[in-house]
Amino acid sequence: MAIFIDKETRLVVQGITGRDGSFHTSQMMEYGTQVVAGVTPGKGGQTFTGPDGSSVPIFNAMDEAVAATGANTSVVYVPPAFASNAILEAADSGVALVVAITEGVPVLDMARAHAFARDKGVRILGPNCPGLISPGKSKVGILPAQIVKEGPVGVVSRSGTLTYEAVFQLTQVGLGQTTCVGIGGDPLIGTNFIDCLKAFEADPDTSAVVMIGEIGGTDEQEAAAFVRESMSKPVVGFIAGQTAPPGRQMGHAGAIISGSAGTAEEKMKAFADHGIAVAQRPADIVGLIQEALG
Amino acid sequence: MDIHEYQAKERFALAGIPVPPGRVATTPDEAEAIAIEYGRAVMVKAQVHSGGRGKAGGVKYCTDSASAREHAAAILGMEIKGLVVEQVLVTPAEDIATEAYVGVLIDRKNQAATFMVSPDGGMDIEEVAASTPDRIRKLSVDPRYGLLPHQALWLANFLYDDPALIKQAGKVVSQLYEAFVDSGASMTEINPLITTPEGEIKAIDAKMSIDGNELFRRPDVAAMRDLSAEPESETKAREAGLSYVKLDGNVGCCVNGAGLAMATMDLVKYYGGEPANFLDIGGSSNPDKVVSALEIITSDPNVKVILFNIFGGITRCDDVANGIVEATRRIDIQPPIVIRLTGTNEELGVKILEEAGFSAYTSMDDVVEKAVELAKE
Repeated sequence: MAIFIDKETRLVVQGITGRDGSFHTSQMMEYGTQVVAGVTPGKGGQTFTGPDGSSVPIFNAMDEAVAATGANTSVVYVPPAFASNAILEAADSGVALVVAITEGVPVLDMARAHAFARDKGVRILGPNCPGLISPGKSKVGILPAQIVKEGPVGVVSRSGTLTYEAVFQLTQVGLGQTTCVGIGGDPLIGTNFIDCLKAFEADPDTSAVVMIGEIGGTDEQEAAAFVRESMSKPVVGFIAGQTAPPGRQMGHAGAIISGSAGTAEEKMKAFADHGIAVAQRPADIVGLIQEALG
Repeated sequence: MDIHEYQAKERFALAGIPVPPGRVATTPDEAEAIAIEYGRAVMVKAQVHSGGRGKAGGVKYCTDSASAREHAAAILGMEIKGLVVEQVLVTPAEDIATEAYVGVLIDRKNQAATFMVSPDGGMDIEEVAASTPDRIRKLSVDPRYGLLPHQALWLANFLYDDPALIKQAGKVVSQLYEAFVDSGASMTEINPLITTPEGEIKAIDAKMSIDGNELFRRPDVAAMRDLSAEPESETKAREAGLSYVKLDGNVGCCVNGAGLAMATMDLVKYYGGEPANFLDIGGSSNPDKVVSALEIITSDPNVKVILFNIFGGITRCDDVANGIVEATRRIDIQPPIVIRLTGTNEELGVKILEEAGFSAYTSMDDVVEKAVELAKE
């Protein structure tokens, strides 16, 4: 098993004709993801040609794409100015999961989009996230497929390349993954650590979880409390940004220490206090997972 | 993006919030002239992107124009939390009967703009929240409906007993929400919101931060950016599409991805060094970006060594290697460069670097240890 995406995932790519959208669509198809449709307003009726020569129909709107193909998931590669509308349209189209890759979406737009998706019972992942991959099954987003491997470890992270770092180290020692999820670096995200931890706890194939957080907000602290109360599986944690100065945004819009809140120190303490093994550096993650798995 | 008090007051005034008049001066002469024009006691207030201006001596009450001149001379050029004061706001001093606090920010947990109000204005709201949480009333605004009139009054009710003041404050609360949304803000506050002995309400101080993601559609707000308030290197980085934050150490860092960039800085510290900067070159392997990154890093005279930490995911290692080689051909770089390159097309990338005389590491720990060692030489 895996969480959120698997072999049953039928994907619509929003923004399939754009530079990023078309590149990553090919990558996802190469990995074996069932890409069943694309959406680009004004380009309905055209087709996208996949790396193996197969053709994917393009629609003008999400509802048409879903009606025609039975898609259950969408991924958004639409530029920031139009991204929140694309997310709203997807949430209204009948898909269960919307993966928003776009970086730079105005926060107030996302406040509205998240509220709308909650009302519709639709899961949003991101925005400003690398997406997710269930090794051997499906990939939605931009995660590099060659560094993952099937296995028992669940990975959830606010960062992209730092996730790759951790996943690569796991794979190198032969520890594969059930699903690797990048939840995104924005202040308002649709799927948080707790959502992923719950799913990993319920997934029979996941035996341990790596949780990679960073400065800003209190999502990690709340996740730590959840781990103590509701998780039977071991969790290993890492926090980036111990050397980040307060009040400065470190790349990600959400990576900022506000006042005295959201420091790496308090997050690491919350992890340790709630029984999460804390890696001092990325290279320690593998050892702690090996220990946890016995 | 932070804006100055006088700019935040302009945004407030656009929404109809009562703010006292005021003008900005960059010299003591100008400050004096403005004070003469007002013909009464004025406040001279340092315009810097920092709290604690009053405690630092950057806000002064001036009985007349001569004292406005004198205080402006002292405040202009003063350093507050590392920021040099380039401008002061000169504004008529108000008679204050009471001080309240009204603020809005994006609350991550509730995923909504959230109001905080308190009848205890003029203090740091974090302190009020910590010591007397019962003196704060909070309300998250449902983004589907916006701030409803009865909610604005519910907040105002917490501030005053006098029905006339409640009515005025309710209006100010609604107007502040409008200013927040129309400016694309991530935070704004009036501290203090005063009442005068005549029963008028006024916002005599203003703070606002803008969500950087809003700027593309709000040119009037984007134009409020004060380039003098940030280091030149950060301006240059922004223009080149790089995320860069200058720090005080001597290990220059160039990394792809924000999380990995932070983890790299942390590892420099772990091995006993100090990072000179945060720098995320993003997913691109465009040599122009690498050139800009190297120019920015080397413009910091503290930098003793340059550390690349690249994890090729979608970005290919050979592209990045070509970028580094081309960049170092285009510009002359004095400090030694150490490179970690791993991931997609790693072998090709390493070969390109070796042919150009660089050695590449595969482990993040090894390269950071080496960089710290070189920085200590």
